[in-house]
Amino acid sequence: MQEILSTLPQVLLDGLTLGAIYAVVALGYTMVYGILELINFAHGEIFMAGAFIGTALLFTFVDIGLALNWLTLILVLLLASLLTGVLGVGIERIAYRPLRKAPKLIPLISAVGISFILQDLVRFIAEYKTGNYIVTGQTVFENKIAIPAFSIGGYDVHASAIKSNTLVVIGIAVLIMIVLDIFVNRTKWGIAMRAVAQDRDTAALMGINVNKVIALTFFIGSAIGGATGVLYAQQYATINPFIGFILGLKAFTAAVLGGIGNIRGAMFGGLLIGLLEVFAAANLGILTGGALGAEYKDVFAFIILILVLIFKPAGLFGQAVKEKV
Amino acid sequence: MKKLASLFSSSRTFQSVLILLIVLCTSTSLYLMDKSVTSFLLLLFSFLLLYYTTFSNWIKWGAGALIAFAVIPVAASGGPSQQVYMEVAVMAGIYIAMALGLNIVVGFAGLLDLGFVAFFALGAYVYGIFASPQAQALFHNSSIFPLGGESFWLFIIVGALVAALFGIILGVPVLRVKGDYLAIVTLGFGEIIRIVFNNLDKPINITNGALGISGIPQPKLFGFTFTQASHIYFLVLIVLGFVIYAVRRFEDSKLGRSWKAIREDEIASQAMGIPLVKTKLWAFALGASFSGMMGVLFAAKNQFVDPTSFTLLESITILVMVILGGMGSVPGVILGAAIISILNLQILTEITLFLTQNLHVPEVFSPAKMQRLLFGLVLVGIAIFRPQGLIPAKNKTYKIADLKAKLSKKNTKTKETTTSI
Repeated sequence: MQEILSTLPQVLLDGLTLGAIYAVVALGYTMVYGILELINFAHGEIFMAGAFIGTALLFTFVDIGLALNWLTLILVLLLASLLTGVLGVGIERIAYRPLRKAPKLIPLISAVGISFILQDLVRFIAEYKTGNYIVTGQTVFENKIAIPAFSIGGYDVHASAIKSNTLVVIGIAVLIMIVLDIFVNRTKWGIAMRAVAQDRDTAALMGINVNKVIALTFFIGSAIGGATGVLYAQQYATINPFIGFILGLKAFTAAVLGGIGNIRGAMFGGLLIGLLEVFAAANLGILTGGALGAEYKDVFAFIILILVLIFKPAGLFGQAVKEKV
Repeated sequence: MKKLASLFSSSRTFQSVLILLIVLCTSTSLYLMDKSVTSFLLLLFSFLLLYYTTFSNWIKWGAGALIAFAVIPVAASGGPSQQVYMEVAVMAGIYIAMALGLNIVVGFAGLLDLGFVAFFALGAYVYGIFASPQAQALFHNSSIFPLGGESFWLFIIVGALVAALFGIILGVPVLRVKGDYLAIVTLGFGEIIRIVFNNLDKPINITNGALGISGIPQPKLFGFTFTQASHIYFLVLIVLGFVIYAVRRFEDSKLGRSWKAIREDEIASQAMGIPLVKTKLWAFALGASFSGMMGVLFAAKNQFVDPTSFTLLESITILVMVILGGMGSVPGVILGAAIISILNLQILTEITLFLTQNLHVPEVFSPAKMQRLLFGLVLVGIAIFRPQGLIPAKNKTYKIADLKAKLSKKNTKTKETTTSI
């Protein structure tokens, strides 16, 4: 108990950071699923592509002699999200739109294919440019903020430290979520999006340009996914082309946990999974007496996914949907 | 070209002469030359030609078995370096059998399984743990373990059962909910199995962790040990023959028709009285059991298992085989699996060797590294341009008159028996 409590502040901070990243990636899954009923396997790879684009941009900025500060970071974020947004729209146009009327299995296969193509393309480019596909990028905010040790109710709590970048990650993630929430709930385009998600044919009859709305959904989902990739690269410094796969799996779990198609649910699910994962990584060894260690942290998201599917398939905030015949 | 094709389909003499010629030429050149990938491939190509001939099924199967059991092993016995071909043939056989297993899940029942290699791993590890000295460490010098190579035959069945059991355990919660989740859950399951095997060296050393299990015994029968790839080859052929036979039988059975009905329309088939979850579970368990069976063979062949053989890439490789060949089409899946596994094991490495040694192309460009890109392109390309695959699935057609005749025959028979009583 003492051991768990003493590391708790650090665990909470790290969990919140990771959770914020999961939450924003989960948004992309949930939006696309809500509108197309398609698990966009490539979304994890779009996130990864964002991380690489951001890193490449920062390297270029350093090369041309720009100072790295918050302004460059914002510039990188905007550029990267623009590029990944276009990437997402392109993927939808090439790999998903021709298959909209095909049996359900076919677009899923196409999505898996796209995700593999992206992984290998990024690996190839990274290896070609740097000689190694594992890339360590530039970090804009490197200083750390220390939180001193204190004791509460007779328990000693260890000192913890956060990178100032953590605050940036959480801040931007929260900003993205709030803006997206307002966009979907309050604007005309947001209403169109929800209408298409509810019933594509009726929405089309109401004069909504369905293709445009779907493309927009992909653009927004991919853009915020890419931006999160940049944040991830900032936070964890080292990236490789395969980070998107397992992270995507967890983000999808977050989306299912919150009720797939439900944007606020995805945010909550992401934070919860991030916290649980970091807590498990830090304390699994202590809780099981050393039998299981941090290497099982990836198993957690998966077990949560199975449990949710057994007990509450509609998710925490989702509504059970009756299948249309 | 068209003329040639029409000649091929119209004249049986032409067909048999052509196949005989190809088999003769390629097998002699394979026997005489030290290393000739082209003739090996052309020899395998004769199977495809055989499939398209108009002979009756018995003759086709007989000729195919003759080529597989006699011609290929003899032709590949020319030199020591030609064990490589047998090695490739063994791996291709294992992959074909696994692809046929996945075909039940993806092709017949329409459930996307992205972690199929997990069942393969289960089979491989079950045999690996109990038949090797690893079991001795696990059960503290028990006198029964290790079981040794004679137990291989038993473990082919045990591996299939264990894999099927895990298929059911995984399937029960997931198959109850909507189908799309299955893809992501199996994806996770494949990864989890790998992580667990990678870390199960503590608290109790079960799988020996990332180091893997070595010293797995080769199959033994009446004192004869299957040491060479050319020995295992016959083993794989027999198992493969069984798998093909089983899959064909399943396809036309009541269960097989239920799978296809569910694939086409879940709600309609449920309304027709097909139990959804049970039927899907059968598909899942049977597909998994084939994979587990081949896992045992794989472990016995390599005498070594470690978690790196069971990555996501492997699962996707098997999926690509099914999709490329044609979902639900047994000959298609065999073709797809043969193409992809030979491409993977031989052609890509040959091209890479050629490029880096003769043309001094930097290693980054080597095609052997670009499997993912290649597979991704195949998946997307097939999905968009030819979703039915290379050899589209053919449903067995029933002539109503024949069925009626059969039925009335049956009825008169039962009437006769009832009157005689």
